[in-house]
Amino acid sequence: MLKIKNLHVSINGKEILQGLNLKVNKGEVHAIMGPNGTGKSTLANIIAGKPGYHVDKGEIIYKGRNLFEMPPEERAQEGVFLGFQYPVEIPGVSMTNFMRTAINEHRKYKGLDPMSAGEFLKLMKEKQQLVEIHSKLTNRSVNEGFSGGEKKKNEIFQMAMLEPELAILDETDSGLDIDALKIVANGVNKLKTKDNATIVITHYQRLLDYIVPDFVHILFDGKIVKSGGKELALILEEKGYEWIKDESPN
Amino acid sequence: MKEEEQNNILNEVTQSDYKFGFVTDIDMEMAPKGLNEDIIRFISKKKNEPDFMLEYRLRAYRKWLTMQEPDWAHLNIPPIDYQDIIYYAAPKKKKELSSLDEVDPELLDTFNKLGISLEEQKLLSGVAVDAVFDSVSVKTTFSETLEKYGIIFCSFSEAVQNHPDLVKKYVGSVVPYGDNYFAALNSAVFSDGSFCYIPKGVRCPVELSTYFRINTAGTGQFERTLIVADEGSYVSYLEGCTAPQRDENQLHAAVVEIVALKDAEVKYSTVQNWYPGDKNGKGGIFNFVTKRGMCKGSHSKISWTQVETGSAVTWKYPGCILLGDNSIGEFYSVAVTNNHQQADTGSKMIHLGKNTKSTIISKGISSGFSNNSYRGLVKISKRAENSRNYSQCDSLLLGDKCGAHTFPYINTANRSSIVEHEATTSKISEDQLFYCQQRGIDTENAIGLIVNGYAKEVLKQLPMEFAVEAQKLLSISLEGSVG
Ligand SMILES: Nc1ncnc2c1ncn2[C@@H]1O[C@H](COP(=O)(O)OP(=O)(O)O)[C@@H](O)[C@H]1O
Ligand SMILES: [Mg+2]
Repeated sequence: MLKIKNLHVSINGKEILQGLNLKVNKGEVHAIMGPNGTGKSTLANIIAGKPGYHVDKGEIIYKGRNLFEMPPEERAQEGVFLGFQYPVEIPGVSMTNFMRTAINEHRKYKGLDPMSAGEFLKLMKEKQQLVEIHSKLTNRSVNEGFSGGEKKKNEIFQMAMLEPELAILDETDSGLDIDALKIVANGVNKLKTKDNATIVITHYQRLLDYIVPDFVHILFDGKIVKSGGKELALILEEKGYEWIKDESPN
Repeated sequence: MKEEEQNNILNEVTQSDYKFGFVTDIDMEMAPKGLNEDIIRFISKKKNEPDFMLEYRLRAYRKWLTMQEPDWAHLNIPPIDYQDIIYYAAPKKKKELSSLDEVDPELLDTFNKLGISLEEQKLLSGVAVDAVFDSVSVKTTFSETLEKYGIIFCSFSEAVQNHPDLVKKYVGSVVPYGDNYFAALNSAVFSDGSFCYIPKGVRCPVELSTYFRINTAGTGQFERTLIVADEGSYVSYLEGCTAPQRDENQLHAAVVEIVALKDAEVKYSTVQNWYPGDKNGKGGIFNFVTKRGMCKGSHSKISWTQVETGSAVTWKYPGCILLGDNSIGEFYSVAVTNNHQQADTGSKMIHLGKNTKSTIISKGISSGFSNNSYRGLVKISKRAENSRNYSQCDSLLLGDKCGAHTFPYINTANRSSIVEHEATTSKISEDQLFYCQQRGIDTENAIGLIVNGYAKEVLKQLPMEFAVEAQKLLSISLEGSVG
């Protein structure tokens, strides 16, 4: 589904990703771990198509297509979803209106008619229950005045609404108390199918108690320096990132 | 506003240019170009006006001759040749019209294209429409229902014929003919417009609506609107405007006067969508409008809501004179400028009575090479003890070649009054756009969404069906403003 080959990315002339390789298949859950500032968000953003990054080398193939040739909204319509580390507020735009617009854009892309108001409200309700988000949140403006945890839950809610093929969750666990963490993890688990894939970015092992990854990758200095099964997360938890520094070739 | 409608609107938005730029081909009866006393007599005669009206026009004309075009607004306007304008144009009447079937089909078609219809559907939806096409009011629907309540809603010309006492009493009472250059010009040559009188204690059961359209090349439109709400009455009045696309500039200089007597309330909403000129700033309407309300009686209230997306140049400051004690004035505005449009708009709140309150919420959105200025005056007289004003002026910039300016003038002559002014300038952030795009919403739609959210405080003041149109307009007028 997703193939990243020798990816080099810089921002304002500063090299962030330096030869990153990653392969994700349908049905898999990948966890990417690593200390702050190593390029985890950069990787997520570059997949989603955030402007401002420069691709110096390498390629990303998504469902057989060159991802760099697709504008961000098309990537979204093709099933790429990014759960933001810092979701932005959009004052005056209700969540309902926002989601309805998004869903109908997805439908338009697939050649489907817009969803009726009734259908849409039913879907909203169903997904609200799935991710245990209060309907009072979805009646408010997008992320406006939401607490950190509410914003994160709201990302999962949107993911549930849009049913992506490739979901990238950028530190969706940070800032969550244990109950919220369980809710978020639960949502992700429920949304998992054999046809979609999830990349969970985190720097705590904590989340991985609830979302069990098939693969764990350790990102360090712009490269994946180690990959393994879920046990890798445990080793990392025990030995800390210092261990990686010692292990890493440079 | 229903979410579903919001979405439909956004979905409907396409890459079109000015959507209302069609020209209607109808036989017109026109005055020769130019302006002099004979032309004014001609107009007055055509309209079969009583002497007081002609005299009013002539006084205004003579005053106008002594006045200078204002140059203080933050606008860059090419010189206007007032002798090169046609001051009267009317569709040639074939005969008196008694039913809608007899209205020129081309004309009806025009109104249909505008999305307003004089037909049954509209009647059923409870909107009374007075359509002003160039200089003549074409047809007023719903009159009979209104008559039952004693409400008068007709063209200004008809009011001059049928209710001369009311007209004589109130015309020029809020905007005197010498008020400013364009008000004087209007008072001299006004063509037609709407007149509305709500009797004592009557709550007008429908929204009263007027549609203006400039069609003929080289004509100016000088409509005159007068709304009088007698004691304890209520009315909500809507006005919409469009004009066809032409290369030359057309002049629009309207005067709107509102009088609210004791305990009366008038809600005036307008969506202004005159042709703004093309992408390079060629053509478009010059919109110089004087709109003012007088809260004459105590506890009266006048509220202006405007959505301004059109015109090459807009110069307009709807305001209220708060004469009655405890009276309230409100102004809610969204002004969008794109390409080379220029807007200098705002509000004037003049507090004369005690305990008077005014609110100004202005949202400017500029894009392209446009210039958008807020200019407001809040004046609290010595007598107006314990008065309050709250003004909030927000500017949103799309791109870095446009300008936003705020010129608040505040003048307080007593100590018990409070004037608050807040101003912000912001940009749509890249992060907001990217967030929308990441959910599958393209930039164009994302801007529509964000801008509508930004303007929500004002849009929610509009009556339902106008709000829908206003949202559409906001999205359409910002098309192509990024990228
Ligand atoms: N706009 C920017 N300009 C310059 N450096 C940036 C910018 N954004 C991020 N960086 C830098 O890129 C590096 C990687 O950031 P990021 O991908 O956010 O790391 P992570 O998500 O792993 O914490 C950091 O050193 C950060 O300071
Ligand atoms: Mg990060």
